[in-house]
Amino acid sequence: MVEEPIIRLVNVSKNYDGTEALKDINLCIRKNEFLTLLGPSGCGKTTTLRIIAGFERPDSGAVFFEGKDITNLPPYKRKVNTVFQRYALFPHMNVAENIAFGLKIKKLDKKTIERKVAEVLELVNLKGFEKRSVDSLSGGQQQRVAIARALVNEPEVLLLDEPLGALDLKLRKSMQIELKRIQKMLGITFVYVTHDQEEALTMSDTIVVMKDGTIQQIGTPEMIYNEPKNAFVADFIGESNIIPGRMLKDNLVYFAGHEFECVDSGFERNEEVDVVIRPEDIKLVPVGEGMLQGEVESVTFKGVHYEMIVRSEGINWMIHSTLMEPVGSRIGLRILPHDIHIMKKAAVK
Amino acid sequence: MKKTWYAYPYLVWMTIFIVVPLFLLLFYTFTATTEEGIRFTLQHIKRVCEPIYLMVLLRSILLALICTVVCLLIGYPVALILANKEYSQNKVLALLFVIPMWINFLVRTYAWMSLLGKNGLIDMVMDFLRLPPVQLLYTDHAVVLGMVYNFLPFMVLPIYSVLAKMDKSIIEAAEDLGADYITVLKRIIIPLSLPGVISGITMVFMPAVTTFIISRLLGGGQYILIGNLIEQQFIVVGDWNFGSAISFVLTVIILISMGIMRKYDREYEGGAIW
Ligand SMILES: Nc1ncnc2c1ncn2[C@@H]1O[C@H](COP(=O)(O)OP(=O)(O)O)[C@@H](O)[C@H]1O
Ligand SMILES: [Mg+2]
Repeated sequence: MVEEPIIRLVNVSKNYDGTEALKDINLCIRKNEFLTLLGPSGCGKTTTLRIIAGFERPDSGAVFFEGKDITNLPPYKRKVNTVFQRYALFPHMNVAENIAFGLKIKKLDKKTIERKVAEVLELVNLKGFEKRSVDSLSGGQQQRVAIARALVNEPEVLLLDEPLGALDLKLRKSMQIELKRIQKMLGITFVYVTHDQEEALTMSDTIVVMKDGTIQQIGTPEMIYNEPKNAFVADFIGESNIIPGRMLKDNLVYFAGHEFECVDSGFERNEEVDVVIRPEDIKLVPVGEGMLQGEVESVTFKGVHYEMIVRSEGINWMIHSTLMEPVGSRIGLRILPHDIHIMKKAAVK
Repeated sequence: MKKTWYAYPYLVWMTIFIVVPLFLLLFYTFTATTEEGIRFTLQHIKRVCEPIYLMVLLRSILLALICTVVCLLIGYPVALILANKEYSQNKVLALLFVIPMWINFLVRTYAWMSLLGKNGLIDMVMDFLRLPPVQLLYTDHAVVLGMVYNFLPFMVLPIYSVLAKMDKSIIEAAEDLGADYITVLKRIIIPLSLPGVISGITMVFMPAVTTFIISRLLGGGQYILIGNLIEQQFIVVGDWNFGSAISFVLTVIILISMGIMRKYDREYEGGAIW
């Protein structure tokens, strides 16, 4: 069964006098999913969101909403609402007036508006804040008002542009949980923009990894984390050791001066590749037991685990382990075949 | 703010050019020189309140109000256009607006005299269209026109600077919530630009109510506004006491209207600062 995606971007490109912000983007957003656009600053996340909201027109390509072409529809006619990066609350209105703005435009009667405002304030844990002026609120509270102002219109799709970016770590964590709860409860499609990979991994149903205006990979958090498509994704989603290597034949790769068994196949003979190994996938073993051996150069305590840099075969290996080996000691390193990820070399630009 | 030595030249400047003249004004307003010497009196103020002078005062205020309203009606859309990103990218429009301001005020006003006068450009156009000539020069219309033309920038610039500084994402947020352009204008842009409107009104009304050059050149020699009256007392009649008294009354009126404006402004302070 093919389900009609709620939003579809087809071959969307966007230039800002010279800068290519988006290059031929294709993206399907399914109903009720929590989709995250993830990528470093400047990769085109905001531009993608603004094209969906209607604030920017793509130079080429089309945007579909429930199958209808909305490429040229102005923002005020679209059934999506946005939570802006810097909240963009109306400074001359109090909390209730801010939230009621969309409802008043829809010409709902006063009683209904009052009820809905009270309901949505309760939803975002701001009960009783109706009469407060917006600049008397803390950053976290303003953020909640911005979310409430969008949600009260019961949009089909909610667009959020780094909504938690300005909040401190603790508040961010609790807002992540709250947002996820709201999304589940209301069953609204969320399109969420962030450059924080951890945030993306914890909240999303689908992650879209972007770089330089192109989509690198689309998949569930597990897929993106465990089977990154290329070295960029691997590096961006969590830390990784990325080592140049050569594919000798199917299931056999050469890197760091040794041949390793692996589980990847389908490459050319002797093709140059990137070998990606997660820091937590390198096991510390007594000298002589692993393929590699080296000397511990530094140890950092990270709370749950230690982060160690081990120098071996001219490469600095980053290793995460709950066991600590002192600086200067010689140890062996073991890497299991299914922890070795082989990636095609990124096309040289 | 901390007072430091480099504020002293400014204080000296303020004293010489603002405080001293104000005291002189008060002195002349409330004194009379007789044989026995100088004594306190209210006679000059009483004279200002005679109907003939009050009429001049009222007419000046009325014309200045008309000028302010017209400036607002023209100036607000102009400021909106200038602050709009798409239009302001080609600088032609802004230049068209700014270039006349580089020309001397008197020259500009004389230019209007020749446009409006007998056998001026407007008469020629009317003649060409086989319409009767219109007498514009030396009427209220010409004076208001001259005032609007000269003071319009004082309305546009403060509004423009508020509009240009306005956070675009606030406007986008309103559109996002379903507001079309008219609604955005009514509910967001205009309320948030009120501080600019208020300073624009103040900056147009004050020079308009005190002008004497525009009224003389475009209104003709017989045309008396309060500014002309004051000028006459000082330069032609030489009655400094009465001239000061008129100035004093005018100053009080301006101060009161500024106070009202400021109070209004403060009610919208939430919109001015964010
Ligand atoms: N209004 C604009 N004018 C010019 N360049 C822009 C504009 N908006 C974005 N860009 C450029 O487009 C690229 C993508 O920007 P953006 O979508 O904001 O990235 P992100 O949100 O991922 O950080 C960047 O190189 C940025 O400099
Ligand atoms: Mg951005």
